[in-house]
Parts: sequence; structure tokens; C-alpha cells
Amino acid sequence: MSTSTNTYRGKPDAIRALVRDTEVHKDAYIDQEVFELEMEHLFANTWVYVGHASQVPNKGDYYTTTVGTEDVVMVRHSDNSVRVLYNRCPHKGVKVAGEVCGNTGKFFRCPYHAWTFKTDGSLLAIPLKKGYENTGFESCEASHGMAPVPNVHVYRDFVFCRLNPGGPSFEEFFGESLSTLDNMVDRSPEGKLEVAGGVLRYMHNCNWKMLVDNQTDTCHPMVAHESSAGTAVKVWNEAPEGTPKPMAVEQFAPFMSPYEFFEGMGIRVWENGHGHTGVSNSIHAAYSPVPGYWEQMVAAYGEERAKQILGDTRHNTVYFPNIMVKGPIQTLRLFKPIAADKTLVESWTFRLVGAPDLLLERTTMYNRLINAPTSVVGHDDLEMYERAQQGLHSRGRDWINIARLYDPAEKEQKNVVTNGTNEMQMRQQMRAWAQFMTESM
Amino acid sequence: MTAITEKNLIDFVYAEARILDEQRFEDWLTLFTEDAYYWMPLAHDQQDPRLHTSLMYEDKLLLRVRIERLTGQRTFSQQPKSRSHHLLQAPTVESSDAGTGEHVVRTAFLYTETRLDAQTTYAGWSTHHLVEVEGTLKIRLKRVDLVNCDAAFGNIQLFM
Repeated sequence: MSTSTNTYRGKPDAIRALVRDTEVHKDAYIDQEVFELEMEHLFANTWVYVGHASQVPNKGDYYTTTVGTEDVVMVRHSDNSVRVLYNRCPHKGVKVAGEVCGNTGKFFRCPYHAWTFKTDGSLLAIPLKKGYENTGFESCEASHGMAPVPNVHVYRDFVFCRLNPGGPSFEEFFGESLSTLDNMVDRSPEGKLEVAGGVLRYMHNCNWKMLVDNQTDTCHPMVAHESSAGTAVKVWNEAPEGTPKPMAVEQFAPFMSPYEFFEGMGIRVWENGHGHTGVSNSIHAAYSPVPGYWEQMVAAYGEERAKQILGDTRHNTVYFPNIMVKGPIQTLRLFKPIAADKTLVESWTFRLVGAPDLLLERTTMYNRLINAPTSVVGHDDLEMYERAQQGLHSRGRDWINIARLYDPAEKEQKNVVTNGTNEMQMRQQMRAWAQFMTESM
Repeated sequence: MTAITEKNLIDFVYAEARILDEQRFEDWLTLFTEDAYYWMPLAHDQQDPRLHTSLMYEDKLLLRVRIERLTGQRTFSQQPKSRSHHLLQAPTVESSDAGTGEHVVRTAFLYTETRLDAQTTYAGWSTHHLVEVEGTLKIRLKRVDLVNCDAAFGNIQLFM
């Protein structure tokens, strides 16, 4: 591990050497210098999720968050567009927006010296402005106000940004993978989502990529979650015959599906590190119908289209680098990198606007049972991540293995559907990682 | 049947905390009515456990899953095991209705959970909604409000 040394900075070949066809070097997960380069390059060259437009419905509404480790504020500008600004006063560096969310009115006002900025970041006013006359202030960085993130793209209310000025366009970067966001939105009879139900925040003492890898790791549920999902099935089996199956059991039980189930459900691997499990079936496919919902969907879309939307029961979709979306259960998990060995996991939920409340209830229950710091499924996973974070420091072995079902021809293939236990998605993530790490080096 | 006194209610809360700290989870579960919930809200002053996510909102079935899991051979997050310590302020009886046999008791607490070298302390208030069932007090709802309920936590594996 290097912090003060210079093993990787400015050395794209050294970065590329961390990713082999079927192996990843431990430094990608434990080295703080690599982490800092991820923040400077990977999280600046890719389109990173910021938030959802429903969090800032009115002019002046703002929401503070991070892109990589950069503090940003997402705000609804006076022209109704959504802007993303670096949350930093150009004067002395103070974080201007302090609350997680709020309404700032027509302008932001720095609490330190009352410099004010329009909601596009431009400088509005400075007290005692004449003190800057003949100082060359106009040529200072500060005269430009709060720095806006130049590339912001709102896709069906999901707000993404790219910190670097150059790089792939939004459409190039995401390509066909946007179909998962489409499916989640289309599940609303009004074609609209709203952030609802609160956000679960769960601190993980591990590298952010362990979370990403785990989303399409279909060989762990029946092993790591035997303790939680397996116990839920066991307790349920002891219930008197005829007891209606509780929603919680319906959500836990599929985690214990056998290997064959996960092999059969398939993985679709897109370009640039995006991909999803659950092509033809998934752990979300067998939930009980919600009264009234099907009728609403048919009325909105017609029977054929409604069937198509609800029949697409994708499991986990990874949007590289750091979110995962579950369309059928309306959740989005955001893996916020903090340090090589520290990640804040935020699990967000959405209301399908116009749909019965029971769907949101199911979603908040899923979030609570699976994604909370008090969740037994979460405990199973975090234990593994933290053990891996510690174990990777071992001198005994240097590489993480991702060889399962490797095919040398896969590197040339695009938008592949393959065996659900294939680790190709993890390999593609790391290929994308090496590419976006080095292309601005 | 003798009437439930304030001391009975307060003693119940102390005894419940002790049962948890002694990890007598099967005994703990018998303190709950069949329709009971254990609720740990995610939001300050949260009123709705259905359409807003909570840290925990568990019926007896889910509590049983938790308890059985804690002793499972393949429960790796409990190898090594966690331990807990409740430090309670004197509970206050918020309401007590001898007619319906329903009582509400509020208790400020400091709760510590440890696992190997890691020790984490939480602060909050628990509210016990107790009912008399055949002369015995049972918990119908235990609500645990953490002072920082919306903070980012690591694993919380036992019961406050």
C-alpha cells in the first residue's frame, strides 16, 4: 500500500497492469493512492449519478451530495433546469449550502461573508464591492462565482454529471443500459417516479468496488445469506399450514434459490461496465400481485405493453461506476466512495406515481429488510466485505480471481447475454475501470 | 388480580433490558404479544412505519428469524459474537389505564454494542406500549428512537 509513494500517479501502464483478463490486483481495492486516482480520473471521466429531479421540484430547491469525493449541490435554477455546482465558495472555500436539502430562494448566500450567487453559480453580489475596485478582481477565479459542473444530463428525472469537460457523451456512455431506468419509470402508470420513503445510510469499512462487484455476484446469496434468508425460510416452514405467506418471507425466500436458478436467469453485459442480472427470471419475479395495479397499467399502456413492462423483472443493474438499480422493486443504491477502505452506501426508494400505496410499502419493506444497517442480509454481506478488505492486505496472495466462465473472445463482444453465474460483468467493470482511469492520465 | 402499579411497569422495563444483555432471546420473545411490533424509526418523529422506511419494523415472525439467526452455525457476522449493554435512565410512566390495561412507559437510554475490539454507543429513547394479558404485562409495541436515527451506521446486530 502506498500513500506517500508514487507507484501509480502518472503511470497509466501501472494502472492497466492491475487488471488482467481474469484477475485484479489487490491494490485496486486497498491502495489509497489508487483510490485518489479513482477520484481524480475514474469519477471525473464517467457519468456519475447525482440525484433525482423530484428532490428539487421547485425553483431554488437544492440537495447536497458528493460525486466521487467532490462536494456538490444539485439545484433547480430559475429557468427550471437542474444545475450541479461545486459546493465551495470562491472566496474562502466555505461549503455554501449546508443542509442536506432545502430551498435557497433566488440565490445562494455564503454564511461567512455574505457573497451571493445565482443558482447557476454566477456571482451576484459582494458586500463592500468597491474594496475590489482596481484590484484585478475581474481576472480572479473568484469573480466567476461557484464553479458549475459543466456536463449535467437529466434522463427521465435521473440526474447524472461528468466532472471532466471531455469524454463520452451521456448516450455513448450508457447505451442500451438505459432500458433499466426506462423500465423502472414505465412501471408508473403516469410514467413518473418520485423519491419517497427516506434514505437508508449504511457505513461500510470496505472499498466501494466490493459493493459493485457484489451486485452481480450470483454465487453468494445461497451461501452468505443462508443465515438470514435461510433462517427466514426455516421459520416460515414452521408456521401452521394455511397461514398466508407474509410479504417479508416473499422477499427473503428467493435469496435461497439454488445455483441453477441463478445460472438460468442470465446476465446481460453491456459496454462501459454496465450490466444486469435477471434477464429471463429473477428473485423479484414471483411477488404477489398488488390489487388494482394491473388495471391501472392496462389503462395507461394497453395490455400488451403493460405485460411487457411488468414482465421485465430484472434483478440488479449496475450503472458503472457506482450505482445499482432494481426496477421491479424501485430502489437505487449509491456506493459513495470515502477512502480506499470506507464507503457510504445510500439506499433510495421511489414511489411509482399514480400506483397503489402498497407498492411503495413493499419497496420500503425491501429496503429495510435488505439494505439497512439493522438488516440481517446487510450484516451477512458487510461481514464478507470487511473480511475481504482485511484479508486482501495479506502477503500470501496478491490477486482477486474473477475467472468464472471466462471466454477469451468476450472482449470483442458487445451487449452479451450469458450464464447468470458468469463473472464477465465483473471483468467488464474492471476493463472499463482501467480505461476510464487512464484516459485522462 | 392485583392492579398494575407504577413500580411494576418500571421494573418490567429494567427486566427487559437485562434479559437482552444476558442474551436470553427466547425469553425476551415471550415478553411480546402475538401481534407485537418492534419499531426503530429512520426519521425523527416518524409517524408512518409503512410508507416510510424504518431501521426496523418487525413483527414476531421477523424477530424470531433474527433470534434464530444469531445462534446459527453459518451466521458469520456473529463469529465472534456481539454483546450489548443497556444503561437506562429511570423510566417514566406516560400513561396508564387500569380499565383497558394499557400502559405507556418512556425510557432514555445509552446502549452499547460490542464485537471483539469494536465498541459503539448509541443514545435514544425507548417507548414501551404494554398491555395486560391474563394478569401479565406484555409488549405490544416497543419503539426505539435513536437521537441520530438518520445517521450512517455500521452493523447494528442486537436489540436496543
